[in-house]
Amino acid sequence: MKDFLLGILQNEILVYTLMAVVPLAWVIPFALFAVWWERKISAHMQDRLGPMQAGWHGTIQTIADILKLMLKEDIVPTAADSKLFKLAPYVVFGGAYAAYAVVPFSAAYVGSEINVGLFYFISISSIAVVGLLMAGWASNNKWSLYGALRSAAQIVSYEIPVALAILTVVMVTGTLNLQEINDAQGGMFWNWFIFQKFPFLFFALVIYFTASLAEVNRTPFDIPEAESELVGGYHTEYAGMRFALLFLSEYANMFAVSAIATTMFLGGWNSPFGDFMSGPWWGVFWFLLKGMTFIFIQMWLRWTLPRVRVDQLMYVGWKVLIPFSFVLILGVGVWMLAIQ
Amino acid sequence: MDVTLQKEGAVADVDAGRRPATVPGLGRALRAEEMVINMGPQHPSTHGVLRLELIVDGEIVVDAIPHIGYLHRCFEKHAESMNNYQQVIPYVDRLDYVAAMSNEFGYVVAMEKLLKIQVPERVEYIRVIMAEFSRIVSHLIALGTYGIDMGAYTPFLYCMRDREHVLDIFEETCGARLLYNYMWVGGLSHDVKPNFQDKTRDFCKYFRPKIAELNELLSYNKIFKERTAGVGVLPPEVAINYGASGPVLRGSGVKWDLRKNDPYSIYNRFAFDIPVGMGIKGRVGDSWDRYMVRVHEMEQSVNIIEQAVEQLPAGDVQSAIPKRIRPEPGEVYVRTETPKGELGFYIVSDGTASPYRVKVRPPCFVNLSTVPAICRGSMIADVVAILGSIDIVLGEVDR
Amino acid sequence: MIAQEIHETLKGTFGDAIFEAKVDGVLDPWIRVAPDRVRDISLFLRDDGRMLFDSLMLLTGMDYTKGRLGVVYHLYSMKWNHRIVLKTEVTVDQPHVQSTEAIWKTANWQEREAFDMIGVVFDGHPDLRRILMPDDWEGYPLRKDFQVPEFYNGMKVPY
Repeated sequence: MKDFLLGILQNEILVYTLMAVVPLAWVIPFALFAVWWERKISAHMQDRLGPMQAGWHGTIQTIADILKLMLKEDIVPTAADSKLFKLAPYVVFGGAYAAYAVVPFSAAYVGSEINVGLFYFISISSIAVVGLLMAGWASNNKWSLYGALRSAAQIVSYEIPVALAILTVVMVTGTLNLQEINDAQGGMFWNWFIFQKFPFLFFALVIYFTASLAEVNRTPFDIPEAESELVGGYHTEYAGMRFALLFLSEYANMFAVSAIATTMFLGGWNSPFGDFMSGPWWGVFWFLLKGMTFIFIQMWLRWTLPRVRVDQLMYVGWKVLIPFSFVLILGVGVWMLAIQ
Repeated sequence: MDVTLQKEGAVADVDAGRRPATVPGLGRALRAEEMVINMGPQHPSTHGVLRLELIVDGEIVVDAIPHIGYLHRCFEKHAESMNNYQQVIPYVDRLDYVAAMSNEFGYVVAMEKLLKIQVPERVEYIRVIMAEFSRIVSHLIALGTYGIDMGAYTPFLYCMRDREHVLDIFEETCGARLLYNYMWVGGLSHDVKPNFQDKTRDFCKYFRPKIAELNELLSYNKIFKERTAGVGVLPPEVAINYGASGPVLRGSGVKWDLRKNDPYSIYNRFAFDIPVGMGIKGRVGDSWDRYMVRVHEMEQSVNIIEQAVEQLPAGDVQSAIPKRIRPEPGEVYVRTETPKGELGFYIVSDGTASPYRVKVRPPCFVNLSTVPAICRGSMIADVVAILGSIDIVLGEVDR
Repeated sequence: MIAQEIHETLKGTFGDAIFEAKVDGVLDPWIRVAPDRVRDISLFLRDDGRMLFDSLMLLTGMDYTKGRLGVVYHLYSMKWNHRIVLKTEVTVDQPHVQSTEAIWKTANWQEREAFDMIGVVFDGHPDLRRILMPDDWEGYPLRKDFQVPEFYNGMKVPY
């Protein structure tokens, strides 16, 4: 896509800016859709209907909510550190969105094809932690501070299982470049990494998925925003569009980690039937479909499981997931050495 | 007598948290202070307007001081200004507004003992059925909201759905869903509708599998067990000394239920078990035990309702209601087993038609007083778990 | 043990601290005791092997009008399954009663409530402050001669 645009526009800076904005065209409609979808999923799992009034079965509900949030009074607490307070949502969103630079939506489109794509992804998503800490501290609210501190501890601890689980795939492909990892899974669906080196990579997906739930603050690891204890955790004091931005970044983050899971384990934009139904636009379709499956599982888990306490969460991260990841790395390594 | 509790292996040093801790090895260079944080009157997990002042050291709670009185509506003063003992009943409803039938039951049983009235058999049976329905309803809310406190949002909706069936029966009988003014001194305000027995049987058949569903979804879930088992242990002697009652006492292993140990009304005609906490998943007297006692109690209530509805005799429900209530000077204290615990009414009459003193012994008030003792040494998230397992309704705590 | 025997045992042990009793012809037999011996009597009632009143069911503050206040204790023994009611009376000018908080922990909050509503002061209570009313409220609401104040902290009360 980059070459195509360069051919038309001839201006490199303009082309790169456009490439950077393209994921936004996905992220924002996705967030609107995901909010509706989550409300509908939760409703049907809870034996009720969810939004039904606005639009057909409530499809316009999210737009109504965005309108409402835009019209709300922008409340900044007097005693809050207003510079940090106002800056925090942008930092959180920035950290979440910057990860989309390396997400390969299709064979033809990837924001920035760098050779250390995966490494970049893991590191840039930690910027969001800084934003959360800023939000919690600047709110001048003890409960927000709790949420922020817990969140920092949680996200930093679970980076390690994420990285280790991903390491197994990197060992198999030998590259950190996401497009190449995608290409390595071409063909029919049994080439996908989830079925390769069975069962090690399958469990690597399980560990990655669990750890990524902690990365995006979703139940059962949603302590930073634990509604029943902390009211809202780090986003308690935010109102109106600032809150909307924090909310948007949460969904953006959710999809980003799902996108990486898709790329690494489910074959990315490859069609499951080999050459049938494949191509640049079909790639986008398959990619989004697989990403949405993970999103669905994330939402499903949110409405089923209770919340883990903070020290139990650290226990799970450090004493369960990390040792298991090491075992998996060992297994994959031995497999690769033994069965050339 | 020092009744502070000991966390596993820790020595109970009540004053330890009061001194600012110094970090060893750094002399006076680094000083840690405790933070006072308010689980304020408005909080999603305090089940009402309860202010819990937590003094915390990081995530560990050093002390938890409850401040109540935000919902004080002067029930006892109002009762003294009533012209008629029957007029107190709508106020009594509003004590534990979640299980209003139980409150009414307590009051009318106390009044009938004071007046030495014998009510017809039909009235007794209907009262027992309504009281057990109210027990189911109250426990459904308790369990559902406990799930929400733990982060599991779905069981609450399932409990609400099941509760709707009971509220339909209530609405058909007396016209109200939450606050009934149904049980009067000497009888009931309305007789039940002709389809009452069928509807009740249908509900019992419908509800039993739902309890199993709740167990699958929440009770035996690993994360839920980790959050609640071993958390907030209340030893039985401490529980008795603090006056705890109901599921809080039974969760600590004390097999004590007023329906069997101090029977009132016709409870001695029904066969049912008293579930008791046995420390299966953690220690005896932890939050999981209190939670499971409530789940099993719902099953037992269904047993009682099924037996009562089979034996329901015909008759008139309003024949024994006195035209004028003017008890002789005297006093009485009667206690009944509500879903929250032991509800007592101490009624003092001076011979006029207006009560002299109506004192309520609220189970939630007394159960809540155990919270400071239990919470010391646990984490903030555990405070939420403990509060939820004690199951308070502020209407009763504050009156 | 029936109420008559409890009364006789108490009279034997505490003599003139036990004033009057009404054990027949009432639904709840009661014994009136001296307000400054309540703690000793309660300790005896809780620990004596024939009594074992391990449960304080209810502690009520009463206003008997004509300048007299009172406290009513409903005691129950879970072991022996017997109950008794203890009463004390004090005057409005000297409303001091010994606290039983050290004996039954449940008395902690219930005595605070009696203090809050009726104004009986419990000597020896570790933390006697208002529990239901705001901490700076003036007056004792459940007294028969209580007048609702017009203003509280600048806000009009009966609105």
